[in-house]
Amino acid sequence: MFENLDQIFLLLRDWIAGFLPVFLRPLVGTVLGVVGIASVFPALFALTTVFERKGLARMQNRLGPNRVGPFGLLQPIADGVKSLTKEDVVPLSADGVVHFLAPLLLVVAVFMGFAVLPVGRNMVLVDLDCALLFYFAMGASSEVAVFMAGWSSRNKYSLLGAMRAVAQMISYEVVLLLSSVAVVMITGSMSLTRIVAAQNQYSGVLPHWYIFTPWGLAAFAMYAIAGTAETNRSPFDLPEGESELIAGYHTEYSGFKFALFFLGEYLGMFSISGLGVTLFLGGWSAPFSFLGWIPSWIWFFAKVMLSIFVFIWVRGTLPRLRQDQLMNFAWKFVLPFTLFNLLVTALWRFMGDGWLRWAVCSALLAAAYLLMARTGMRREQFTSRSYRYAE
Amino acid sequence: MNFVFWILAMLTLGSGLAAVALKNTVHCALALTGAFAGLAFLFLSLGAQFAGFAEILVYIGAVAILVVFAILLTRGSETPIGSVFSRHWFWGLVAAAAVFAVFGGAVLASVRVLPNVQAAPVAPVQAIGFALVGRYVLPLEILAVLLTAATIGAVIIALHELPQESLPQKEEQ
Repeated sequence: MFENLDQIFLLLRDWIAGFLPVFLRPLVGTVLGVVGIASVFPALFALTTVFERKGLARMQNRLGPNRVGPFGLLQPIADGVKSLTKEDVVPLSADGVVHFLAPLLLVVAVFMGFAVLPVGRNMVLVDLDCALLFYFAMGASSEVAVFMAGWSSRNKYSLLGAMRAVAQMISYEVVLLLSSVAVVMITGSMSLTRIVAAQNQYSGVLPHWYIFTPWGLAAFAMYAIAGTAETNRSPFDLPEGESELIAGYHTEYSGFKFALFFLGEYLGMFSISGLGVTLFLGGWSAPFSFLGWIPSWIWFFAKVMLSIFVFIWVRGTLPRLRQDQLMNFAWKFVLPFTLFNLLVTALWRFMGDGWLRWAVCSALLAAAYLLMARTGMRREQFTSRSYRYAE
Repeated sequence: MNFVFWILAMLTLGSGLAAVALKNTVHCALALTGAFAGLAFLFLSLGAQFAGFAEILVYIGAVAILVVFAILLTRGSETPIGSVFSRHWFWGLVAAAAVFAVFGGAVLASVRVLPNVQAAPVAPVQAIGFALVGRYVLPLEILAVLLTAATIGAVIIALHELPQESLPQKEEQ
């Protein structure tokens, strides 16, 4: 019975496709998969906006939306109606075509990334051999959309925000790729279904998730930092710093185009969390072998929502990083540590199985962290404060 | 498949023509991005998945961004004073036709020379990896040296501004 529940969406798709002639069935199957993705993730987006506002509010000792529906849960409907009916203001000197295309390109690029995520057992829209490369290619395409948005608005603040956002995204994209390369090295394939299958094994009760290995933990930490920076989430949200640049590269967008940017940002968050879950947290596999009867897609979405909750938690807790602090952090700590982690991953792969490789790799990574982060990044000698007043 | 090729070819050529013919330089850069996308889709239609996705990742994700940054941070983003077309367009056309004749002749001759290989890519990414560290390891190392030199050059260029601006904040460092 639980196997049927696990595969229920595939059975549903086959049942619907069964009503049609044979030559149309693969096409209808794909279309149903696309419809599934295009309906589930925006629905999650609506839910997440409420959770974010309530969660942030509670962390800041206030209530959050509580007028629309019980506990404010129908707030996304109000937001949707507002953004659909609001006047679409386009600046007179803005570049019309590019201004229109930028949010479209962003949303298209982000949606494409969902096509290769395995959300459950046998439940991936496209099973590519180099799925990971496809995912990062789509992520890179969204940077062009950010730049287009900032430049076409003919607004200095938008352009500044767009430049900062693109610089930040490019720097942390390198880290994202390198921390995923460690996973590819151990698995031996760029196919996301193979990566999940490699983690879907249990020794006794405990799973073989990559986060439970020393190199996996380090790579996951770097991936989480880079993912937060890629999606411009706090503490890396200077490009859209609400207190600094009004709204950064989407200042001049109103109405539904702004809603598309908002959607693109949150979907990017889901996408990065989904990939992180697939690469490090075992994808759709259960945390303990005796919990395998719970459907795989429930595990995937539970892990993704847990990551989203951590994103919201971090946003409410940590202060924003300045642009130069952000870039220093990327190039001077995160990138060297990720490169060192690649070496340690290779060492793990070629040492034999046993307790020795655990000890050696953990010791190496701990030493590297202490050396690079604690001592190497410490450059502020705090002397007495000096003030400079305007004349 | 032929139909797909014609559509992609029209996309690539149209974007390329727009990249040289538009007045606004940033529009030209965006049209160039479209040409890169067309090339990537051509790779994908030939079944070279790695090459196609790497093209998107590298060209659209990095090279296009570099081009637009270069345009914005220099004076290229201002509207051009004269015409965008050169006065010596005839000789440019002759040079382009000569280059096209050389490339076309080489490609057509190679079809006769190389054997007709029906390569079905079985795990092509692994094959690329083995080739990179096996047969083509010397070009790989030379590329690594080139990239290191470029990185060092970029650091030196960025470092150049530091000594002039550090005077008021020197004691706070």
